[in-house]
Amino acid sequence: MRGLSDLFYKRPGALTAMLLGPPLAWIGIVYIGSLLALLLQSFYHLDDFSGIIIHEFTLSTYGQLFESSNLQTIGRTVAMAAIVTITSAIIAFPIAYYAARFARGKTKALFYLAVMMPLWSSYLVKVYAWKLILAKEGIITWAAGGLGLGGVLDALLTLPVIGGSSLSFSYIGTFLVFLYIWLPYMILPLQAALERVPKNYIEASADLGATPRQTFRTVILPLALPGVIAGSIFTFSLTLGDYIIPQIVGNSRPFIGQAVYTLQGTAGDIPLAAAFTVVPMLIMGVYLALAKRAGAFDAL
Amino acid sequence: MRSEAGWGLKLGAAAGLMFLHLPLLLIFLYAFTTEEKSFQFPPPGLTTKWFATAWFDRPDIWGPLYLSIKVAAIATLLALIFGTLAAAALSRAKFYGKDSLSLLFILPIALPGIITGIALRSAFDIMNLPFSTWTIILGHATFCIVVVYNNVLARFRRINSNMVEASMDLGADGFQTFRFVVLPQIASALLAGGMLAFALSFDEVIVTTFTAGQQSTLPIWMLQELIRPRQRPVTNVVAIIVIAVTFIPILCAYYLTREGEHTGGGGR
Repeated sequence: MRGLSDLFYKRPGALTAMLLGPPLAWIGIVYIGSLLALLLQSFYHLDDFSGIIIHEFTLSTYGQLFESSNLQTIGRTVAMAAIVTITSAIIAFPIAYYAARFARGKTKALFYLAVMMPLWSSYLVKVYAWKLILAKEGIITWAAGGLGLGGVLDALLTLPVIGGSSLSFSYIGTFLVFLYIWLPYMILPLQAALERVPKNYIEASADLGATPRQTFRTVILPLALPGVIAGSIFTFSLTLGDYIIPQIVGNSRPFIGQAVYTLQGTAGDIPLAAAFTVVPMLIMGVYLALAKRAGAFDAL
Repeated sequence: MRSEAGWGLKLGAAAGLMFLHLPLLLIFLYAFTTEEKSFQFPPPGLTTKWFATAWFDRPDIWGPLYLSIKVAAIATLLALIFGTLAAAALSRAKFYGKDSLSLLFILPIALPGIITGIALRSAFDIMNLPFSTWTIILGHATFCIVVVYNNVLARFRRINSNMVEASMDLGADGFQTFRFVVLPQIASALLAGGMLAFALSFDEVIVTTFTAGQQSTLPIWMLQELIRPRQRPVTNVVAIIVIAVTFIPILCAYYLTREGEHTGGGGR
């Protein structure tokens, strides 16, 4: 024992290697290995007549991604991810700002818990809660009726594209659920970024004659931006890859996640499913590179 | 600078928090409704019979519940071991490529779950590995490692390295130092990370749908109920159980790590 521990003391590299070995092997083999296997599959293709996967290198599967229905799926998903991200940044800001600048002691702990609890509570339970809320016979219809806004709700649902037979079967519903479920992921990094804005910057800005509004726009907002970007990594990536929310709340036009799920399941077209998953990976790769340049990783 | 928040800000923050919390309350309300065929609001009547129904008349709940607990326990144990090792290695060492390695360890939560899921699925296919409890655990442990890693890494960064050196100077070997100096300091972070990992695994559905085959964990059972509802209030009763099983560890984890560090918000 002593000899081993002496060796580790003299050669810290050996200890690091021994500590790192097992977890690295796990992530490297199980995770990266699987990702590579998936990537490999995307270069195969499915024979349309026999339904057999042909194990030959081809780019034709990637070509299929450019068929108009698949492009629409991708566009729809990216648009939804972008809208969800922007809206969640707007809603998150007052909460994060209040928690970072004004809440002290007990209130601050309470704020933190109030954001952590919904973040960590069960994903499916949260989706289910919205199924209850958005149902035709549910609380929104009831509240709208009670407030005399039933007509407004109906008008909203007759809108093209975003409307539907009820909120539960419309893009408005899908959007609300995405927004609800990913919102805490935006609040936390944003709050972390706002906490780090030095107080004397704000005082200096005020001393130099800036109005609170100017201070907010020219000092606080730029310094909070890395937080927004860090949060957007989560909101964007999670929306891109989700297939359960649009399946439970939404209409039948698929998002990337659903397309992948159906392709690998009932359709048995693993190559195309694999090629589809490369799309969010590519988008997130570019996004992460940009975020890193903006210094967003410090706010994670 | 104003030291009081403006009313607009207060209103915005309050509205945001209400948006985060009201929906969960409805889960509780609907567990007591007498209406089982629709989500009628307000409920036509209130009853507590669904709790008894879930307990006595729905044997289909027990299998998935048991499987979920088993998977979460084993995945958490694996994650504790591997996550702590990785955190210990990356917190102390300096070497080329360290940043890329830390990125590697957070990748399973940075990439969408569906990618992890289908990647594992296709790897199982290639290796002709049949679906079993272990294929579920394999997937869960992979993203649970990240949670433990984040928590323990944050703690390692706060540990004063002088204490480790002092212990060695006083004649303790590396293992004694670990046992008596390092371990007591990271114990609460381990516990917190383990609890979060358990909650995460217990609740996971996206990766699980790809790695479970015909098996049902509790979240998969719930997903099936969402798509083809039977007795809707029973689903609410199970949802309440899930809320309890995930909330308690999270609250504990919060109290264990609240001094000075936040349990990584991007935990998933």
